[in-house]
Amino acid sequence: MGLLEYALIGGVLYGLFFALVGVGLNLIFGVMRMINLAHGDLIMLGAFGAYWVFHLWGLSPLYGIPLEVVGFIAVGVPLYYLVVPRLLRTRDPEMLSFILFFGLSQVIEASAVLGFGNNQRSVPASTLGHGSVAILGQSFPVAWVVAAGVSVAAILALYVYLYHSRFGYATRAVMASREEALTAGISVHRISATAFVAGFCLAGLAGVFAPYMLGAIDPNMGVDLTTVSFAIVVIGSLGQPLGTVIGGLVYGIAIMLMQTYLPSWSNLLPYLLLIVIVLIKPAGLLGRTVRHA
Amino acid sequence: MRNTRALQGGALLALLALGFGVSPLLYGNQSLLFSMMAYVALAQGLNVAYGFTGYLPFGYVGFFGAGAYGTALAITALHWPPVAAVLGGGVLAMVFGVVLAPLLRLSGAYFSIANLAASQALYYVVANPDLAGITRGPYGIKLTSVFAPNLSYAVLWVILLLATGAAIYLRTSRLGLALRATNQDPVSAAAAGVDPVRGRLVAWLLSALIAGLVGGAYGWHVSVFYPQSVFTLRISIFAIVFVLFGGAGTVIGPVIGAVLLYGLYDAIGISSPEYFQLVYGILIIALVLFLPDGLASLARRRVRDVL
Repeated sequence: MGLLEYALIGGVLYGLFFALVGVGLNLIFGVMRMINLAHGDLIMLGAFGAYWVFHLWGLSPLYGIPLEVVGFIAVGVPLYYLVVPRLLRTRDPEMLSFILFFGLSQVIEASAVLGFGNNQRSVPASTLGHGSVAILGQSFPVAWVVAAGVSVAAILALYVYLYHSRFGYATRAVMASREEALTAGISVHRISATAFVAGFCLAGLAGVFAPYMLGAIDPNMGVDLTTVSFAIVVIGSLGQPLGTVIGGLVYGIAIMLMQTYLPSWSNLLPYLLLIVIVLIKPAGLLGRTVRHA
Repeated sequence: MRNTRALQGGALLALLALGFGVSPLLYGNQSLLFSMMAYVALAQGLNVAYGFTGYLPFGYVGFFGAGAYGTALAITALHWPPVAAVLGGGVLAMVFGVVLAPLLRLSGAYFSIANLAASQALYYVVANPDLAGITRGPYGIKLTSVFAPNLSYAVLWVILLLATGAAIYLRTSRLGLALRATNQDPVSAAAAGVDPVRGRLVAWLLSALIAGLVGGAYGWHVSVFYPQSVFTLRISIFAIVFVLFGGAGTVIGPVIGAVLLYGLYDAIGISSPEYFQLVYGILIIALVLFLPDGLASLARRRVRDVL
């Protein structure tokens, strides 16, 4: 009985973290209709940011967050204006952007291997606080609870932004219809660029907690993280950033149950879940049509 | 127009047959020629799917790995002769293609990522230590008892010509035309009486078969391999880059892309794959932005019709 409770509560904590892992990907897709295949690699960069902040300066990895936000803004804004307007003029922006971001992911991964080496690295769990936290009679590492808490805060902030700010209204207008938003006088490129960079920053933020939640980090972890993020996003509906919370929870609980009861097969889970979901209900649990014949 | 294409097709086949048939006599590095041939065939196989249907299989390596493992198991467990086993590997990859066929209902990006997930899933199944009794799990495959570098080279040579022939057929036939019409405008094509599902399925299974055969021949040729060496995403990436660079949807494009870029890759050195990953990543980005239809689109500006 204890095992099941542990898996379920731990699954919720993990699920909240995984919601943060996926939400940046979904925000970018919702606004720009482009799948950022480099998402997992951005999370990897975030994880290495946390690692270096701790190992170079002996600071808490949390100090990596502001640094990464500044870094991703400095890179993301020029990248958007260099690449996206050009992509939108091509014959098939959806597929070509997909291929382009795939190229970007290769560039990031290769640069990270060249820069950081191919070794696995880790950050001691005690850097986020000692001991453990008891929830409903089960005890969990402090790091898990901190990660889940930061995830909730980040997603709440995104919610407030989208639903209670003028810029957020405009963002949702672009999500609903790019053309109509344009005719209504919304500066679509400014909105898209903001969402693009926000998506990068959310990935970096998730990355800061990756060393605690995912174990050792290495430069090649990006592809797997992209697949996992995509699975989470599709479960919660592509294009609905807040649906990602549902996706994250489903995934988090499923992975904890698998690791508890069927550990040797648990690395299959995200892939099978992804395939099953896109085949059975590609619109996700909250609905929005995506397939065509 | 059809005649010039048929002529160009015949010339290309003859050139490939002669080039890869004679070069082992003149040039000692057979394994380089073998790998290059494998990549030309893989690029052509990926082109059969992506170039003609618009569906880009990121998990293309899944078919390659399925072929390699299918061939290996047919040799070790069923004691088939190697050439039959390579065929068996191709058929196994095609069966994997049938299993994944429902993915063709999805739109482009969903398809690609689901296909990637499928190849990763297959890798984790093959490499799972729980199945070591069947697949030998992470410990790898040894086929040294049937090692035959010259015969396996000849088999891959035949596979390459078949793959090229298949692409020429699609490029010149009614079926290929119907596929391209469906890719460009599914609604109008369907209104003109084109069945979008059947053609797509044919191209998809053909593409899977090619990768499976190449994987089988590769496994036999190297005779010792591990799950991570035949399921590495790098194989998918290479095939995609070669096709994009040469020009998807043409027959000559993938051949030129694979020969040029793989030749370059080998000339500069395989010792540090990260540099190549970096270069290829930059190349992908540059191609999408500046030359989305590949080298073949440059030729099309001068010559009226390119195969």
